[in-house]
Amino acid sequence: MKRTVVPIGPFHPILEEPLRFELHVEGEHVVDADVRISHNHRGMEKMCEGLSYDQIPFLLARVCGICSASHPMAFCNALEDLCGCEVPPRAQYIRTLICELERLHSHLLWVGLAGHFIGYNTVYMWAWKYREPILDLFEKVSGSRNHYENHRVGGVRRDIPDEVFPAIRKTLDELEPKAEMLLGAVIDDPVIHARTKGVGVLRNVDAVAYGVTGPTARGSGVNQDIRDTEPYAAYDKVDWKVVVQPEGDVFAKAAVRLLENFESIKIIRQCLDQIEPGPICADVRELPEGEGIGHAEAPRGETFHYVRSDGTNRPVRYKVRAPTFVNVPSFKANVIGAELADAMLIVAAMDPCYSCTQRMSLIRDDTRQQSVITHDELLQLSWAKTERIRRQC
Amino acid sequence: MLAALKRWALKKSPWVYHVNTGACNNCDIEILDCLTPRFDVERFGILLAPSPRHADVLLVTGGVTLQARGALQEVYRQTAKPCAMLCIGSCACSMCIFADGYHMAGPPDKVVREVDPDAFIAYVPGCPPKPEAIILGAVKALGAL
Repeated sequence: MKRTVVPIGPFHPILEEPLRFELHVEGEHVVDADVRISHNHRGMEKMCEGLSYDQIPFLLARVCGICSASHPMAFCNALEDLCGCEVPPRAQYIRTLICELERLHSHLLWVGLAGHFIGYNTVYMWAWKYREPILDLFEKVSGSRNHYENHRVGGVRRDIPDEVFPAIRKTLDELEPKAEMLLGAVIDDPVIHARTKGVGVLRNVDAVAYGVTGPTARGSGVNQDIRDTEPYAAYDKVDWKVVVQPEGDVFAKAAVRLLENFESIKIIRQCLDQIEPGPICADVRELPEGEGIGHAEAPRGETFHYVRSDGTNRPVRYKVRAPTFVNVPSFKANVIGAELADAMLIVAAMDPCYSCTQRMSLIRDDTRQQSVITHDELLQLSWAKTERIRRQC
Repeated sequence: MLAALKRWALKKSPWVYHVNTGACNNCDIEILDCLTPRFDVERFGILLAPSPRHADVLLVTGGVTLQARGALQEVYRQTAKPCAMLCIGSCACSMCIFADGYHMAGPPDKVVREVDPDAFIAYVPGCPPKPEAIILGAVKALGAL
């Protein structure tokens, strides 16, 4: 059968960030896939080398706008690994609280986008509506809806005033039934079952071989969560469990995220119960020569940061490995053999965040002529399939 | 006469096309936020267009990376003129924290002015600007047209 190359990107209307996928299709079925990144490469690792340790968290928050607590968190873990300082308990709890609020808003955002991809715009609007109160909380807690700038080496920059705690509790109490409703809307819907069950299966062996992380791995039965295996902040002081689903399909990944919402709510409530007055930042005067590594569990998976210091106030080398960087190649394992109409959904299921992922690549391929199908046409295909299934149900 | 008619028509129900040329994702999310229930700019007929050829307003986020430079200019060429451009966020306005990056081609207004020196460009600063600010920016830009 004739093989056609379907280029998607670099700019497509909904997936926000520039990235180029090339799907090789025969008829309706995908037989090969290729990913090109680096449209968004900003040279952050190099820029870190020119900034002092107090300035770096501001830059790292801008690695990715959605994980803007996780990257500075991993930075703090790396630096605290290097200098071996003790972080005060109140700061640990505040860090945990910010990271979990971030996970909540990120997972809700994903549920909305996934709903949009299969043609359920109602889910999209709902999920984003319920996400707004969390952003309001962020504004109360840190002054900004999206860039919190709360982490610094040795603790946190800003304390959370006690009078904000009741507002956080109230928001969580209101959010919980909404999250349950969203979970029910996904678990009980026959059309969503038909669109997502058995679609884009990432087998457990493939998940391990590709080294995927986060909900993408936990949806394939890999029990791996940095908060559990290498607890940082206050995760070892609160009671929660790792959500694992064995099936590996899009449905399992959605279920992992929806269930994690409840774990996050649980963690935040315990933080609010256990937090006690005290200092919020240790006094870090000097950093020794040497290396430090830091992990953090971002909403999309493990974020890994490496720092090498020569004893001055700037790093000699800084390295960031974002979760999407390891998750994207697994696309090759689960999209091959899938229908073209499912391709976007399978990409969306790993919740790709391309801003984090951008590396330098030297491939230039602007001259080759290809038959073009736009992202919008792919979306239409996906919606038409949902419509077809809905009629059959 | 025709140009005046075109400008008048542009103000009603502007369709926007969104280009991320090197942003951290946050401005993009705030743009999408504008479309969702709390802010709901669809009330004013503002819709996300699937192709730059349908767009009246180009929303650009982020400083332009070397790789995205050609793509942004191509997207701008494809838009139907007159087309307003809205630089959303501090990076898109002035490069801000990324001004020293080795892979940056410059702010989007400079890159677009290379292909169209008379481009109509408006700026919404903030990191990221709140949805209210984006809406205000869009209203002011359309008012100035």
